[in-house]
Amino acid sequence: MQPFAYSEPTTLAKATGAAAANADSRYLAGGQSLIAAMKLGLSAPAELVDLARLPELRGIKVEGNGAALTVGAMTPHAEVAASMEVGARIAALAALAGGIGDRQVRNRGTLGGSLANDDPAADYPAAVLGLAATVNTNKRQIAADDFFKGLFETALAPGELIMSVTFPVPKKAAYRKFRNPASRFALVGVFVAQTAQGPRVAVTGAGSRGVFRVKSMEQALARDWSAKALESILVPASELQSDLHASAEYRAHLVGVLAQRAVAEA
Amino acid sequence: MKIPFSLTVNGKPVSTEIEPRALLVEFLRGPLQLTGTHVGCDTAQCGACTVLVDGKPMKSCNMLAIQAQGANVTTIEGLAQGDALHPMQAAFRKHHGLQCGFCTPGMVLSAVGLAGQVKQPSEAQIREALDGNFCRCTGYHNIVKAVQEGLADMTA
Repeated sequence: MQPFAYSEPTTLAKATGAAAANADSRYLAGGQSLIAAMKLGLSAPAELVDLARLPELRGIKVEGNGAALTVGAMTPHAEVAASMEVGARIAALAALAGGIGDRQVRNRGTLGGSLANDDPAADYPAAVLGLAATVNTNKRQIAADDFFKGLFETALAPGELIMSVTFPVPKKAAYRKFRNPASRFALVGVFVAQTAQGPRVAVTGAGSRGVFRVKSMEQALARDWSAKALESILVPASELQSDLHASAEYRAHLVGVLAQRAVAEA
Repeated sequence: MKIPFSLTVNGKPVSTEIEPRALLVEFLRGPLQLTGTHVGCDTAQCGACTVLVDGKPMKSCNMLAIQAQGANVTTIEGLAQGDALHPMQAAFRKHHGLQCGFCTPGMVLSAVGLAGQVKQPSEAQIREALDGNFCRCTGYHNIVKAVQEGLADMTA
């Protein structure tokens, strides 16, 4: 690993100040993707600004009489998975968090880190997009539909820090993933939700430009919330990725199967 | 540039200086000579490097040592009391839960980290909980038996 400078600021202002002062700096959350990337030389920041000493970035809050949940960016997956608040209000989100990576990864990996990294096969982007969540940064609130910009790309400006994510509580929701047995990443993952604004279907692991919504499925579910309503809907393979794990055609098939299973489970 | 680094390892306070880029497993195996923690895949998949950080299993090959600043780290060397094996180690021996032994330190710590999380976990729960630990010898069956008994003995 290349050498780098390191700081562990104890105030938010110091953290964002340190990041602003060095264009080659990166925030360090749990590090489950970043450190692996640095070991491989895929990432070589000049400075890491560790967010571990900022308790305001951690924890789970129930908002507006239970209409929404706000999860701190530094909350580890294991904490979201085990949270009574999350389990009672958005069980699909708790289940999704409990299926990320393995137990050791879930003890370190965080919501904010996963979203800032925006791996095209990560689980959390599907929940954030599927639930029409809002990403709260130190500068603004970003709607999920505006946050994800492609492979490993987000709307975050340099130095902008994710503070928390607010998830509106849906009427019902479920997440189904077909996981890569070695990496545990989603070969395809589908998050479906019946929200106040209507049904949403978000797909991770499959898109050639990262997580995406399937509007044709959402329209079908708006008419009839049932697995059967999705039977004849195909996602074009031309917009999906092919790699050694699965062809685009196979992923397209999985999107349909998993979407139906998720609707049946929700 | 080295920075001050203090933590507790196997109950003993350690205060030193380290390079920020040092991985936790490098710190444990190098300066501390605690070579029971193994590096298998070195890509955070196999779990041979698993240690407990504040009681939670984590992969020491995929975290910086400095991320354990102030933490309580337990390695395989910290489990036995003198000549008396930890109940989980004893259960692994009794049930032949190891063959070559390379994955065993990580496997044992992952299992110890389960204690207190679920009461009397089922076989399925144990298999799921050991998802992050690979063994290339025994086929897991005896490991699961060992973990079941080890957890029971830990709470006995």
